[in-house]
Amino acid sequence: MNKIIEKTDLSENVVKMVIDAPAIAGKRKAGQFIVLKIDEKGERIPLTIVDSDAERGAITIIFQIVGKTTAKLATLNSGDGINDLQGPLGQPTEIENFGTVVCVGGGVGVGVVYPIAVALREAGNRVISIIGSRTKELLILEQETKDVSDRLIVTTDDGSYGFHGFVSQALENLIQEGEKIDRVFAIGPVPMMRVVCNVTKPHGIKTIVSLNSIMVDATGMCGACRVSVGGETKFTCVDGPEFDGHDVDFDLLASRLRMYVDQEKEAFEKFRCECHGT
Amino acid sequence: MELEPKKKREKVPRQPMPEQSPLERIKNFNEVPLGYSEETAMLEASRCIQCKKPTCISGCPVDVNIPAFIKLIAEGKFMEAARKLKETNSLPAVCGRVCPQEDQCEKQCILAKKGESVAIGRLERFAADYERNSGQISIPEVPSPNGKKVAVVGAGPSGLTIAGDLVKMGYEVTIYEALHKAGGVLVYGIPEFRLPKSIVEAEVHYLEKLGVKIETNAVIGRLRTVDELFDEGFQAVYIAVGAGAPVFMNIPGENLSGIYSANEYLTRSNLMKAYLFPEYDTPIVRGKNVAVIGGGNVAMDSVRTALRLGAENAYIIYRRTDVEMPARIEEVHHAKEEGVQFKLLTNPVAYLGDENGWVTGMKCLRMELGEPDASGRRRPVPIEGSEFVIDVDTVVVAVGTMANPIVPATTTGLETNKQGYIVTKDEKGETTRQGVYAGGDIVTGSATVILAMGAGKKAASAIHEFLSGNEQTT
Repeated sequence: MNKIIEKTDLSENVVKMVIDAPAIAGKRKAGQFIVLKIDEKGERIPLTIVDSDAERGAITIIFQIVGKTTAKLATLNSGDGINDLQGPLGQPTEIENFGTVVCVGGGVGVGVVYPIAVALREAGNRVISIIGSRTKELLILEQETKDVSDRLIVTTDDGSYGFHGFVSQALENLIQEGEKIDRVFAIGPVPMMRVVCNVTKPHGIKTIVSLNSIMVDATGMCGACRVSVGGETKFTCVDGPEFDGHDVDFDLLASRLRMYVDQEKEAFEKFRCECHGT
Repeated sequence: MELEPKKKREKVPRQPMPEQSPLERIKNFNEVPLGYSEETAMLEASRCIQCKKPTCISGCPVDVNIPAFIKLIAEGKFMEAARKLKETNSLPAVCGRVCPQEDQCEKQCILAKKGESVAIGRLERFAADYERNSGQISIPEVPSPNGKKVAVVGAGPSGLTIAGDLVKMGYEVTIYEALHKAGGVLVYGIPEFRLPKSIVEAEVHYLEKLGVKIETNAVIGRLRTVDELFDEGFQAVYIAVGAGAPVFMNIPGENLSGIYSANEYLTRSNLMKAYLFPEYDTPIVRGKNVAVIGGGNVAMDSVRTALRLGAENAYIIYRRTDVEMPARIEEVHHAKEEGVQFKLLTNPVAYLGDENGWVTGMKCLRMELGEPDASGRRRPVPIEGSEFVIDVDTVVVAVGTMANPIVPATTTGLETNKQGYIVTKDEKGETTRQGVYAGGDIVTGSATVILAMGAGKKAASAIHEFLSGNEQTT
């Protein structure tokens, strides 16, 4: 049982939680994730560790409410417990001084790319961050990202704040401006990561993406999270979650993410009914 | 006078165990065999001729004193029988269900040479169930702690066995389990209808009562390394992480939606209880036309799960014939009774999918048997031009497993072989690193529950020897 220490609503459907997990906090490196299971009947879901504080013995997660499990998680408050927390899992981000790096985050992906930006900055990189959301109210971690970036570009799809357009367009503009970019980290919804890779590929800019495949055990045991990278099957949980985006088969990733769409809907609706019923 | 009881014994045939009818059981996940009644158990136990030099024991990897526990059952001393079993076997209710007795103790039974062996497995199950159902599980006296700490990595059959043995010798034992529940393959792999999870829970609970500490959600190699376990004060480490990585066939289309490894399919259903979705949160595909590839026990477990999840057509696709099938005869028999369709001498070569990336068909070749291969079984050879398509919406690949590298790769000084399995010096599990022992599937490759338990038992005495030796030199 791991206790929730703090809970903050970052936007209408994005929640930040600080959870007591001393052993994980002491070990975790940027890019790694945990698997959590809320209660006896819960499913196991992977979530990136956004931050860790070894002294306090706590880790931070940020999640968007997209289905039953995340909705149920969002009903918990500080003081409540999470039955099972397993981690840190996956390969840490490859961090070194690349020169100038661009960290691109879309939606809740901003939370995932943020710790990478922190680590890259600490390694001496010049960090440019491009973060975006559908609309202003959904933008998260703007100040935090600004604090660790040499330059911050904010985008909204509807133009309600910052650059009117997608993060990929802002990146394209940056390249057109003549910015010399040594590496891009792009994390967000699958279509966003795919488009960012399409932008960087012609320029030969290596682009790392973090994949959010469906997982069960997350230790390489089941293969639920398999993806095709450079024509080879890889397991996101142990080989990833980060891969060279130019080699990722995004079509396969997207179709495998839709595998349980009907059941997810059914469970979510049932949960909402039960919630409103009581 | 002496001949009379012998004659009487021979008249009693091997007692069958009642079970759920096939039509009934494919609609539920309840256990298929229902167990012996007290009367049947005593009758079956009376068949044992109490050999002076029992051959059955030599067939048991954990050296259960078989004639002794059977004699106690024959005398109606069921609790004593259970205790006798537990002297050497910490998981009798499990072994009574999943051991391949026909290849072990029962194969060595003297009666088997003339007819049918004593139903040792069924009797073991009876005694263990009797004790558990009585609610009076006896906890043996554990010696006072000797102050030495042993870490066990993996709470499967091997890890649970060694933990039980070592704690009974006075060691402080902590098991680190990667998943959220202890039991290993007993909880994620073997289905409820073959091994009720409440039984595994009871066995694990029993070990905890003995004083074994179990830390779940602890992925050794990530959260802590084996090296760090030594730093934390453990004096020996036993690695029993199983052969947990799935093998795929690397044929076109294998990553289509609807195609599972057996590990995933069974883990969803068994560990996560996806068969109870949406009461439980984990979903599973309830396919109508399900093909399971492979001929082992895991394939049988998968295909019978598919039937219970509502499959209209559940196929076993196997490239050899039923003679070469590695599954237990009992499992194949149960699967056939339940309506599983066996497509033998058939091998998939590619999958077909729809516009959504979902599997719709499986391109197969018909095979014929050629010369024997390295395993001694006749090699399946494709018949040219025999390609055909089976319509499927769900596929489970159950062609084996391989070593999971997480622990070996993060442990210094631990030698592994080409396949990634840990190299041990002998059957006692000593590895190339002092103080580190290994056993079960991570050493042998996928085998049986009881062999993994046997390895745990042998390693327990090896570790005891190692740590007692330390005492003398310090």
